[in-house]
Amino acid sequence: MKSLIFRTITPVITSVMMLFSIFVLLRGHNEPGGGFIGGLIAVAALSIYGIAFGGETVRRAIVFHPLSIAGAGLLLATLSGLLSMVFHVPFMTGLWVYPVVFGEEIPLSSVMTFDIGVYLVVVGAVTSIALSLEERGED
Amino acid sequence: MEPVFAVLTGIFLAVAVYLLLSKFIIRILLGVAILGNAVNLLLFTSGRILREVPPVIGAGLDVPAGVTANPLPQALILTAIVISFSFFAFLLVLSWRAYSVLGTDNTDIMRVAEPDDVQPPPLGY
Amino acid sequence: MAASSSPADLSAALVLQPVAALDWLVILPVAWCISIGAILMMIRHKGVAQPLVAIAGLAVLVLLDAALLWHVAQGGPVTMVMGRWLPPFGIAFTVDLTGALFALTSAVVALVGAAAAIDDVNASGRRYGFYPFLLLLMAGVSGAFLTGDVFNLYVWFEVLLISSFGLLVLGGEREQIDGAVKYGFLNLVATTLFLITTGYLYGIFGTLNMADIAAKAPGLQAQAPLVTLTALYLLAFSMKAAAFPVNFWLPASYHTPRIVVSALFAGLLTKVGIYALIRVGVMLFPAEIEQLSLALAIVAALTMLTGSLGALAQNDTRRLLGYLVISGIGAMLAGIAIGGPEAIGGVIFYALHSMLVMTALYLAAGLAARLSGDFSLGPAGGLYRHYLLFTALSLMLFFSVSGLPPFSGFWPKVMLVKAAIDGGVSWLAAILLLSGFLTTIATGRVFLLSYWRPADAPAAAVPQPLAFTALLPLLVLTALSILIGLLPETLLNLVQQAASTLSEPSAYLNSVFPAGGAS
Repeated sequence: MKSLIFRTITPVITSVMMLFSIFVLLRGHNEPGGGFIGGLIAVAALSIYGIAFGGETVRRAIVFHPLSIAGAGLLLATLSGLLSMVFHVPFMTGLWVYPVVFGEEIPLSSVMTFDIGVYLVVVGAVTSIALSLEERGED
Repeated sequence: MEPVFAVLTGIFLAVAVYLLLSKFIIRILLGVAILGNAVNLLLFTSGRILREVPPVIGAGLDVPAGVTANPLPQALILTAIVISFSFFAFLLVLSWRAYSVLGTDNTDIMRVAEPDDVQPPPLGY
Repeated sequence: MAASSSPADLSAALVLQPVAALDWLVILPVAWCISIGAILMMIRHKGVAQPLVAIAGLAVLVLLDAALLWHVAQGGPVTMVMGRWLPPFGIAFTVDLTGALFALTSAVVALVGAAAAIDDVNASGRRYGFYPFLLLLMAGVSGAFLTGDVFNLYVWFEVLLISSFGLLVLGGEREQIDGAVKYGFLNLVATTLFLITTGYLYGIFGTLNMADIAAKAPGLQAQAPLVTLTALYLLAFSMKAAAFPVNFWLPASYHTPRIVVSALFAGLLTKVGIYALIRVGVMLFPAEIEQLSLALAIVAALTMLTGSLGALAQNDTRRLLGYLVISGIGAMLAGIAIGGPEAIGGVIFYALHSMLVMTALYLAAGLAARLSGDFSLGPAGGLYRHYLLFTALSLMLFFSVSGLPPFSGFWPKVMLVKAAIDGGVSWLAAILLLSGFLTTIATGRVFLLSYWRPADAPAAAVPQPLAFTALLPLLVLTALSILIGLLPETLLNLVQQAASTLSEPSAYLNSVFPAGGAS
């Protein structure tokens, strides 16, 4: 798209949306949010970027091939489930640690890594579909 | 509330089936989208319809304080939405490809895989 | 969210005792497939490493499934619940002999398919993602065989369906797109029907755990429309399995993709439908399926006849084989319609045999087409002259699929026919035999025209060399078929045991609810 206003504002919108998607992902712990919806917000951000600057720019911006990102997410999610094998509890049991950083207790869990995996799967898979539609639409 | 939802589900399903019976892919695609929503509505109705009572057990309680909707069908719907969304995305891309490669969205004419003029197998040795 | 301080009694909701190491075998096949699939997705562009990783991964999968089968055969059904929640609240993976047998056979088929694909799938097919899709397909297939939860079964159906879409359009030729459109839409309708029925099921039972449903179903016969529910499931799974009135998507699409993909589909996909039918029909709603048995028997008979008559009318070997898949599905449906442990054992045996042999037949058809030029029965021929071993293997497979001794197809057919006569449905036995006879004619004709008959024109003076490695997948599957045919005792015992666990699921129930009765 050639609109100057759109092109100028897009990087700002995209970066804010990306941040927001990560916020939603982490918030999904105990409140509405989570990996799937966060991933969709990130895809929306990338789509806006793609509409403004073309699919090729998006591919360069995300560095890795979308499907590789999805694969990494899938692996991360499965491994977070398999982690419970070490602790002799059933598959996908949530495991928590509470490290204290600068006097602040930060709850971390295998649930969160699973959610990050879901986030990556959604970002990778849906971006891949969006990009293939975008690039096919041009020819 | 439930009868209204039941009727609504029925209407959705009827529309979806009508569209699925069409021979044009684009209508079938719309039918698929409506079918997914009809099923979600059906599952939703089966989990009791109440307003704004989250099925969360309060602190210090062992059971929910009041009557809440059953959260499980909603979890099922969530899964079903994700799946029907990805299906729809795939079928959309596929239909678009089919239209651009085969030059038609009329399933009566789409006979590349099953041509009309196939030879019968040889009758003699 | 600090470590739980509530006084609630956790033992009412959570699994508190540690999990035995061997019980992990229940979930490992699925988790393993997903992990390897994910790794393959990340190394999509590495054309050389892909087949190696995939084949090594599938070999490990075969070992995992074999260990699981051994574990289940030793100690009865095994259960693991996800996330520690007690059943029926947590999603349960419950494996009995039926599931373990199906899972092992599917893993063998996938391994052979992956090996055959080295030759058949070229670099662009690999970059497009043949191997990742194959592993994710196997995750779906294994998950469907191993799960103990109806909705989870639906999810695995979708996983394998999405992966099969990917495999089906691999290459993106006109024919494939056309076939994929029909396959895609019709299978989507089938799975949506599955979902609708599962919604009703939850409405009636308030649970999705199979063991819980099996325990509660007899008590609800009077007040709930269970026959309707079973009929809906029957329609949904028949559509997946390609039974007669809803089978038309299979001949429209199975011949379009690469031959390895066709082979894998023929071996894996329709059998998942049959498995689901066995699981839901035989284990959950046995009384209801008996009420529907006449309808099911008619459908089975028509499926067998459509399949074998359709095969007679085809000139393209791939389409011919597609109809043979349908005919086999008919035989399995007939067994479900007859009912009783004898017949169900026959169905399980038939399904395992069909997975191995149909895959091998598609691979053989692909090889024959590569050697003689095309898939039609017309001008090709004369394979016998140059490729003796290949011809012998193909002939054995043709005998096996027709149900002749001493191959693996013989025993299940004997079991089914015997069960049909004992069960007082001799007409179904007659149709089983008739369909076997027609299949023999169809495959015999393929053999005569494509292999035995001298080529019309001695075109290739120098025959194409046929490497031994190209024959290896075929050799393995044929050897398995002969082995099962000659030494059926072990497998016969296993399938009989599996069938009796299905008909009398108390062991399955005990595995999910160790205390005894359901909640």
